[in-house]
Amino acid sequence: MALISRGFSGRPRSDEPDLPPGQYLTSDFPVLSAGPTPRVPLDTWAFTIVTEAGERHSWDWKAFRQLPAEDLTVDLHCVTRWSKLGTSWRGVSLDTLLEDVETAAEYAHVRSYGGYTTNLPLEDLLDGQAWIAFEYDGEDLAPEHGGPARLLVPHLYLWKSAKWVQGLILTPEDEPGFWETAGYHIYGDPWREQRYAGD
Amino acid sequence: MTDSFSTSLPAPDGSAPDGTATVPEPAFLDGNAAAGPLRELFTVDLTAAVGTCASCGDAGPLGGVRLFTQAPGLVGRCPGCEDVLFTLVRSERDTYLSMKGFTTLRFPTAG
Ligand SMILES: [Zn+2]
Repeated sequence: MALISRGFSGRPRSDEPDLPPGQYLTSDFPVLSAGPTPRVPLDTWAFTIVTEAGERHSWDWKAFRQLPAEDLTVDLHCVTRWSKLGTSWRGVSLDTLLEDVETAAEYAHVRSYGGYTTNLPLEDLLDGQAWIAFEYDGEDLAPEHGGPARLLVPHLYLWKSAKWVQGLILTPEDEPGFWETAGYHIYGDPWREQRYAGD
Repeated sequence: MTDSFSTSLPAPDGSAPDGTATVPEPAFLDGNAAAGPLRELFTVDLTAAVGTCASCGDAGPLGGVRLFTQAPGLVGRCPGCEDVLFTLVRSERDTYLSMKGFTTLRFPTAG
């Protein structure tokens, strides 16, 4: 948070070392959404991983919240060019969720309540790079920011961090999700400025 | 049935028709707000074109879709079933238009 100071907000900071190319710093948290906000009651919420063999691993809210969680502070980079540094979250690492999952799949297709999808290599979800986050800034994650729980993969553009996450389907092929089908990059590395499909 | 897109729109603030409080909703515009970007792509005025939703079969003018603009691209959704009808993503170099949520798009033959 120390890097956010008044006056920087909204200005292009291409020379800012913590910002990927083409990004500017913002201190608010813009809400972007491709559709209506789904309401997901906690008593029906579940997070499910389905392997390429059809094996299912599922956690209801109670089981999910009993998993070890961690606090994390990460930078967010949205493809619409805003970046927000030093955001505080609490969530369960995907390393924990994938610990007992037997798979040879190389990709994950992420599905959300409300129908949103995205895709990424499975290795981008491992080794402390991704979480299912359920708190933001010490509060329950608000629905407009993806609550009850969202994927958080901060090293990729924020559209990969699917709000209202419902589960993963592990696949041998990389299957484009919602924005990847609509013209955005299949991988989306902000440091390599992989914004659009043709980049 | 051609008016069904424009008759089932809820309040733009996302509140339920009965006025009950709901979680904050992303605002959406009516599809006429897509007229400018679409005019750059097509010589006909597509907002008057009648589209049929591939998902639920509802038909209505493009100007009556629910247009989500606070997003990395424009997203037009069917007011009947909320499925995605079209997306429009524009970079400085390329424009990506997907119309896959429509079975057909009907507009008057030019000339
Ligand atoms: Zn429909």
